[in-house]
Amino acid sequence: MANTILHKAATRGQANHGWLNSFHSFSFGSYYNPERMNFGALRVLNDDTVDAGMGFGKHPHDNMEIISIPLEGDLEHKDSMNNVAVIKNGDIQAMSAGTGIYHSEYNNARDKRVKFLQIWVYPNKRNVEPRYDHITLNLDDRHNKLQQIVSPDPEDAGVWIHQNAWFHLGQFDKGISTEYHIKAKGNGVYVFVLSGDVKINDQLLNTRDGFGIWDTDKFTITADTDAEFLLMEIPMAV
Amino acid sequence: MSKIEILVIGRHPEILQTVLRLINNNEAWAATGARTDEEALTAFTSNVFKLVLLGGGIEKESESSLRTTFNAHKPDIIIVQHYGGGSGLLAAEIYEALNGRIID
Repeated sequence: MANTILHKAATRGQANHGWLNSFHSFSFGSYYNPERMNFGALRVLNDDTVDAGMGFGKHPHDNMEIISIPLEGDLEHKDSMNNVAVIKNGDIQAMSAGTGIYHSEYNNARDKRVKFLQIWVYPNKRNVEPRYDHITLNLDDRHNKLQQIVSPDPEDAGVWIHQNAWFHLGQFDKGISTEYHIKAKGNGVYVFVLSGDVKINDQLLNTRDGFGIWDTDKFTITADTDAEFLLMEIPMAV
Repeated sequence: MSKIEILVIGRHPEILQTVLRLINNNEAWAATGARTDEEALTAFTSNVFKLVLLGGGIEKESESSLRTTFNAHKPDIIIVQHYGGGSGLLAAEIYEALNGRIID
């Protein structure tokens, strides 16, 4: 029998700094909820909106796998490894913070906000050499099918991270259904709905709801409306 | 009210300073930083810490040795790994550790 947990969108933490409006699925910054600490190795799922001309100044990270998924607008990234990049919808960015990096993220547009997901996953190895990766995906490859965007294997599709985790994006038309098979024993899946309504087995999820499922080998995902969603398969043991 | 004393050990000087500043922004907490094992051991024996945060870059052998020494000197010391290197997880990590919930 599968275990599940439902996080309705309205129950997320929120930090509205004016220039940044961030919804936290798990405890982050000044939002602390002991019941919302992590889903296995998934520690942070922030749903961020950054105003035009604003951004995150230079700040440090270490020992964390950080995945950014732009949903709207362009976000400029600069880091202490001399990477400079602009990420936009369709791109996936991954950083292994390892022994320590600094980076900044800015929305340089004059009149367009940026929306992006910031996801932190505990690494399976501490103090690795910091690294940066950034890819552009074909959006058509997630229409009515699952598009792999993250894996543990540098040779596999998407970006890779130091964790036994696989992420997929899907953009399904109403009524489309597929079965997801867990890839690694002991893993669970956290589903985050980007738009529309989906069902995981019989559980209905609405926009920005989160749903964790584990102790199962597979589950069915069905678009109840036209819908976009993110599946994050994650080790449940930290 | 006395502050909760926290020893932070990390090899990256700028990240260590950032973490110390963030902790000391909380009126209930007081942080001391150490970049080397020697600094950490000296600080540990001259202060009464409630919590040790292990930051990035600490080699396995050093971590093991520090944990052994700290536990021998103060069996109820709370030792946790700090992840993320900044403000994102820091407060929750400290709250969780003080409440006895630890992620290594």
